[in-house]
Amino acid sequence: MTPDPATKGGFRRWFDLQGWAQLVIGLPYVWLILFFLLPFLIVVAMSVATNTPTAPPFSFGGEHPLVNLGAYERVVTDGLYLRAFLTSISNALVAAVLCLLIGYPMALGLTRVSKGWRTILLMLVILPFWTSFLLRVYAWMGLMGKNSWFNGLLTEAWNLLVPLDWALKSIPMMQTNFAVVLVMVYTYLPFMILPLYASLERLDPTLDEAAMDLGSRPSQVFRDVTLPQSIPGIIAGGMLVFIPAAGELVIPTLVGNASQPMIGKIIQDEFAQARDWPMASAVAVALLVLMVVPTMIYSHYQAKAEGSK
Amino acid sequence: MAPAMAEPFLRIEGVTKAFGPVVAVDNVTLEVGKGQIFALLGGSGCGKTTLLRMLAGFEEPTAGRIFLDGRDMAGVPPWERPVHMMFQSYAIFPHMTVEANIAYGLKHERSMTKATRAARVAEMLDLVQLTPLAKRKPHQISGGQRQRVALARALARQPKLLLLDEPLAALDKKLREQTQFELMSIQERTGVTFIVVTHDQEEAMTLSDRIAVMDKGQVRQIGSPTEIYEFPQSRFVAGFIGSVNSFDAVVLGRTDSHLRLSVPTLGEVLARDIPGAVPGQAVTLAIRPEKIHLSKDRPEAANAFSGTVRDLAYFGKDSLYRINLPNALVQAHAVNARRGDEGARVADWDDAVWLSFDPASAIVLVD
Repeated sequence: MTPDPATKGGFRRWFDLQGWAQLVIGLPYVWLILFFLLPFLIVVAMSVATNTPTAPPFSFGGEHPLVNLGAYERVVTDGLYLRAFLTSISNALVAAVLCLLIGYPMALGLTRVSKGWRTILLMLVILPFWTSFLLRVYAWMGLMGKNSWFNGLLTEAWNLLVPLDWALKSIPMMQTNFAVVLVMVYTYLPFMILPLYASLERLDPTLDEAAMDLGSRPSQVFRDVTLPQSIPGIIAGGMLVFIPAAGELVIPTLVGNASQPMIGKIIQDEFAQARDWPMASAVAVALLVLMVVPTMIYSHYQAKAEGSK
Repeated sequence: MAPAMAEPFLRIEGVTKAFGPVVAVDNVTLEVGKGQIFALLGGSGCGKTTLLRMLAGFEEPTAGRIFLDGRDMAGVPPWERPVHMMFQSYAIFPHMTVEANIAYGLKHERSMTKATRAARVAEMLDLVQLTPLAKRKPHQISGGQRQRVALARALARQPKLLLLDEPLAALDKKLREQTQFELMSIQERTGVTFIVVTHDQEEAMTLSDRIAVMDKGQVRQIGSPTEIYEFPQSRFVAGFIGSVNSFDAVVLGRTDSHLRLSVPTLGEVLARDIPGAVPGQAVTLAIRPEKIHLSKDRPEAANAFSGTVRDLAYFGKDSLYRINLPNALVQAHAVNARRGDEGARVADWDDAVWLSFDPASAIVLVD
C-alpha cells in the first residue's frame, strides 16, 4: 500500500513545494523591516517630537501638539543646515566626478589585460579594505601635514611652476574641503571601479571591432560604443560614491574645515553635543529624502528601460 | 577602351600569420575577381577567420602582402579600409536603433549631406526589407532580421569588399536556405565583391562563384563549386566536400581513355585518367555515393560488383544504402524517384544487389 501523495506529510509537502522559497525570499524582508524600516520609523517619529530636558530628551504632546514640525522648519530656514547640505552635496559631487575620471580608465584597463593580470589588479583595488579605514585616514593626515615629505614635494613642484611672489613654505591642505575630497576620492574609489568594471567587462569586444570596421578611430569607438553602453555602471558607481560621501562623518571631522561642516557632522553634533534629538532626526530624514528621491527617479526610468527590452 | 584586366581585384600574395609558435595562416596565395562571391571553406582552426581578419585589418600578416584594387593594404588600419565586415555574431550596436546602426558608417562620409545620408539609409532599409522596423532596437527584432541589419550596415558605405563571417550559421535551417538566395540577389544588385567564410560546404557550394578549401592554414584547392566537387585534387578535399567512398589502390596501366587500377578490397577498376600517374604508383580511388548505381541484376558496366544491403536510411527524397562487399563496405545514395511503399526502394535489408559506377566518376587521387 502506497500512501496517497496528496495527503502525506502536509507541512513537509507544503515546505518542499513553496515554503522554502518563501523562507528564502522572506528572510531579507524580515531583516530590512527589523533593522532598517523600524529604526527609520523611530527616527521619523523623533523628528516630529519636541525637545525636552528629560531622558530621552524628547516628548510627544504636553503643551505642544503631538506632531511638532519645528525641527523641519529650522532645517529649511536656518542657514547653518542649508550650508551644511550644500557643502556635503558639492564635496560628494566633486568626489564622485573625480572617482569617475580616475576610476573609468582603471576599470577599462582591467577589462583589457590578460586574465592573470586582471586577478592581481582587481585584488590590488580591493586590498586597501584590509587595512583599518581610520588608519588610512590618519596616514593621509600625516601626508598632508605641513612637515611631511609629500607636502614638501608638492610645495617644491608648486614653487617651480609659479612666479616667485606666489612661492609657499608649505601647501595648507589640512582642514580644507580639498583634503575632504582627496581622502573621500581615495576611500571611495573602489566603489566606483568595481561597478564600472562589472559593466565594462560585459561589453562585447566585437562591437568595438564593428565600429572600427565601419570607419571609427579608437577614440570615436570609445565615444560611440563603449561610453554609452557603460552608463548603467557610471550611474551605479556614482551613487555608491555620492551617497555615502554626502553623509560622511569621519573624514570631514578628521581632515575637514570645522567652519564648513558637512551634514554628517551636524547630525552628530545635534545628537551628542546639543542633545536635540528631534533636530538631529529631522536633518537625518531630510538627508535621506535628498538621497532617496533621485535614486527612486533613476530606478523608475531604469525599470522602464528594462521593461522595453 | 578600358585596358585589359591585368590585375585581379583582390590579390593575397604569400600571406602568413603566426601567433607565437602557432602558424594560423601558412603562405596563402589567391586571387579574387571583382563582383565575385568567393568562399573560404574549412573546418574550425583552418585559418579562414584569421585570413578574413587580415583582410579587415584587425590582424597584420606576419609575411606576404594583400592588394585590394591595386593598393597595398599593409599598415592600413581597419577604419581606413574600404572593406566592411558582417560579423558572425552580427555585432549590432545594442544601444542604437536599426536605423542608427545602418547609418553608423555613413557619418564618416564627410562629403555626404544629411539628406543623402538619410536617403542612403532608406535605400539600405529597403534593400533588406526592414523599413517598417527602422525605429526598433536590436533586442526587439528576430535573429534573421538582425542578420539583415548587419548586412545593410556593412553595405551602406559601398565597400569594395564585403567580408561575411559565417553569415548563416546562427540561423535555423529554413531561414538559412531563404537567406542564401537573398544574399546572392543582394550581391548581384550591389555588385560588391563578397568574401564568405564558412565551415558549411553546402553553404559554400550554393553561395559562391569560387571556393578556396583550407586546411591547417593552407589553401588545398581553389575552384568553382563543380570543380571542387567533381574534380577534387586531394583526399582532404574529396572527403571534406560531400561524402565519399575511398579505397587504397595501385595503378596497373592505361586503356585508351581510362586508368586501370588494382583495388585490393574490390578488384580491378577503371577510373578517370589523371596526368602523371605511372604503373605501380599507390593512389586513392574515390567514388561519391550518388555516383554508384544499384540494380538487382548484373549491369552491363565496366565497374560492377555484387554485395548485400547491410543498412538503409530513408530520407524521403532519397535513400542511403550501406552495402557489404566481400572485403569492403560501400555507401550508395539513390534517389527515390518512384512513389509507393514497395517500388520506391531499389533494394531492402539483406537483399543481394549489384553496384556499378561509370569510370568517369571514379576519381583517382595522388595527394
